[in-house]
Amino acid sequence: MKRLGFLKVIGSFGKKAMFYLPMMITCRQFEDFLIDYLEGDLSARQKFVFELHLKVCRECRDYLAAYKRVVEVSARAGNAGEMDASLPPVPTDFINAVLAARKQGK
Amino acid sequence: MFVRQHSPWMLSVARRILRDNAAAEDSVQEAFLSAFTNIDKFEGRSALKTWLHRIVVNKCLMALRASKRKSEEQLDELMPQFDSNNCRIEDPWPQLLSADKICEQKQLRAVVLENIDRLPEKFRIILQLRDIEEFSTAEVAKELGLSQANVKVRLHRGRSALKKMLEPVLRGHLS
Repeated sequence: MKRLGFLKVIGSFGKKAMFYLPMMITCRQFEDFLIDYLEGDLSARQKFVFELHLKVCRECRDYLAAYKRVVEVSARAGNAGEMDASLPPVPTDFINAVLAARKQGK
Repeated sequence: MFVRQHSPWMLSVARRILRDNAAAEDSVQEAFLSAFTNIDKFEGRSALKTWLHRIVVNKCLMALRASKRKSEEQLDELMPQFDSNNCRIEDPWPQLLSADKICEQKQLRAVVLENIDRLPEKFRIILQLRDIEEFSTAEVAKELGLSQANVKVRLHRGRSALKKMLEPVLRGHLS
């Protein structure tokens, strides 16, 4: 609860906070942390600092939301072929070639 | 039959990675031969499909390495922008479409895939393996012979560029 209260106070400073308050990072530094944050590779302290920035910066909040959406959409669009059961037909020649190659290999 | 049962999805994976039908068929054929040869090494600890998936991805990566690499394009203009105070320059997002909204439309899914294809090869292949084939960062690093730090840098650049390219889709301008 204490931590949430602290974040609320920090949030009330708006973006100016990143220049005047301790443990604040710039958007560029935030960018450097981003992939490690998503991979779960930040220490507890780094994660706290990262989320503190997120609290005060509308641009980085929007950016991160859109970035995460891209990751989600890529995965789903990339695998949609299988979900649609619309896999392209396998040419018979191909199957025969595989089976012939297998026989030859034996 | 084994080949008939597994060919469709294996070809689908190979086509996604190689973007070339003939090369995909060659890689799947090699994957089957490798599977037949090594079936005694299949220990049953993973599902057969997982094992075959790994083999076909390996074969595709070998084909990619052997093929002429595309030249690396300049991604800088698609990277995040910052002002002189190192503050991010990002237009407000009054609307960010949900993944459901985007993926339920075939046309938008096609736009997403086309844009992934437009990424330079060294970024596209990492995004493909990590975000679509669901390999871990460590697995991608091992498969490509890169450090994990390098994989993360390339993955981040690829995703950042893709985010910029897909902004019209994400903002609902194409719906």
